[in-house]
Amino acid sequence: MAIKVVRRPELTFWEKTYLPQILSGLKITFSHFFRNLFLHIAHVFGRLLHLRASATIQYPEELRPLMSRYRSRHRLTVREDNSPRCVGCMLCETVCPAKCITIVPAEHPDPKVEKFPVRFDIDLGVCVYCGYCVEVCPEDAVRMDTGILDLAAYSREAMRLDIHELMDPSLRKPLTGCSLDFPHQCEPMGGQMKGSWSADTPKPES
Amino acid sequence: MEILVIKVVLAGMVFLAVLNLAGFHTWVERKQSALIQDRIGANRASIFGFKALGLFHGIADPIKLFTKEDIVPAGADKTLHTLAPFFSVFFALVTFAAIPFGDQLIIGERVINLQVASINAALLFIFAMLSLGVYGVILAGFASRNNYAIMGGLRATAQMISYEIALGISIVGVIMVYGTMDLAELVRAQGYMIGGWVPMWGIVTQPVAFIVFLTAALAETKRVPFDLPEAESEIIGYFVEYSGMKFGMFLLTDFLETIVVACVATTLFFGGWQVPFLLPDGFHFPWGGEVLFANWFYALLGVASFSIKVLIFCFVFMQIRWTLPRFRYDQLMSLGWKGLFPIAVANTVLTAIVLVFFGEST
Repeated sequence: MAIKVVRRPELTFWEKTYLPQILSGLKITFSHFFRNLFLHIAHVFGRLLHLRASATIQYPEELRPLMSRYRSRHRLTVREDNSPRCVGCMLCETVCPAKCITIVPAEHPDPKVEKFPVRFDIDLGVCVYCGYCVEVCPEDAVRMDTGILDLAAYSREAMRLDIHELMDPSLRKPLTGCSLDFPHQCEPMGGQMKGSWSADTPKPES
Repeated sequence: MEILVIKVVLAGMVFLAVLNLAGFHTWVERKQSALIQDRIGANRASIFGFKALGLFHGIADPIKLFTKEDIVPAGADKTLHTLAPFFSVFFALVTFAAIPFGDQLIIGERVINLQVASINAALLFIFAMLSLGVYGVILAGFASRNNYAIMGGLRATAQMISYEIALGISIVGVIMVYGTMDLAELVRAQGYMIGGWVPMWGIVTQPVAFIVFLTAALAETKRVPFDLPEAESEIIGYFVEYSGMKFGMFLLTDFLETIVVACVATTLFFGGWQVPFLLPDGFHFPWGGEVLFANWFYALLGVASFSIKVLIFCFVFMQIRWTLPRFRYDQLMSLGWKGLFPIAVANTVLTAIVLVFFGEST
């Protein structure tokens, strides 16, 4: 039972008058004010650009640098022939604690590759950004390195990314010419089925 | 008839200058606080892509406030609820009538006092009007029919009454030294040079009164170190139930009162429109130099001097507002009653004794 005596510091006479403390406070604010004012003016003339006048990052125009390990919007990596690396092993769907991943695999025409996903959805409205899907993937097919942070949408439906959006992070809903119905039969990007691996994709029986 | 035209022009000038300065304050407040805190400050409002360092926020704000829905809470006294912000702004604005912003301007035969209303007890008028400003606050709290608003109004009233006493007594010393309550005469009396070098401004003759006055006056403006009545960030103040431009008027009152206080402090303690070594016919330097010019230029210099002093005061007030944290309520009361009030009284007594024994110096 150790007793710790906390001694409140007694204010000296000058501290009780507030005046010296106010002056020292004003000194700090004035020094910041005039330093930043000087730097802002110098920046207008293109001088002293290595000294920052404000800590502000003007967000939509200027993006904050992200750490390389930052977990941003997911993407599906692709092979050289633009087909997804994903082999439909379902590990990510299994490990996902939020159950936001939906995969429908199908048999691949190439006998060396067992399966491929005909449908790969991630519901970002449900995702907790834990990164387990990235860690568990044996094929390095899922990554969270797009650096996309503005994931806002007007509806829950728009928060669900399908395989097109996952393979090409620049695509955002609504995709023209894509019904997003399952099975996929859309042809965006000028007849080229974006994210398709061959025109005669075998469609699983729905 | 002629005098009426002159007075209307003067009043219009003061009105325009003061309201514009108050509007400008919103920009200064944003930018100054931003610079102090290493930020940039509001810079998004633009006209045709032209941003002008965020100056247009001062226009965007009133447009927003005017177009917002004006809500009067159910059960509130509609008349008083509407009247309260007008009270606030009116008493803050009417104060400027008594403030001399320049010396006499002579046009032909006519001598124009650069003061809207030449009242011979102008100081009393100003303090009376500042005191009446508390009615706007307490009516706002009372008419809102909101317990928090009433509490805020009562806090404001208690604070303003406490500090008004220190404020009033602190300037008694100034009145005794210069022997007049006419502000124009008071400023003229400050033009005297002690030993030919030091101007006899209020800050030189009454430094203690100046500090007491400044503190009490800051408390009167209800801005940050003393912003317990409103305290936007945490406590609920007297204008919770106000929206739109009615709320904007309370905000405007704050800025107007800051300018009033800056004007009064300039007039009482910094020689109003006085410029050192400047006499009505030009500069007379104690080392013998002389620069002479016409009366209109002299009057213009006076107005410029007054304006610059007021602007510096506004700047310093803003700096204090962004430097100091808020007082606790008991600290506020004990500072007012146990700190400022005795100091002001002691200063008055000391001034009286000094004047009796070393009088005739004025």
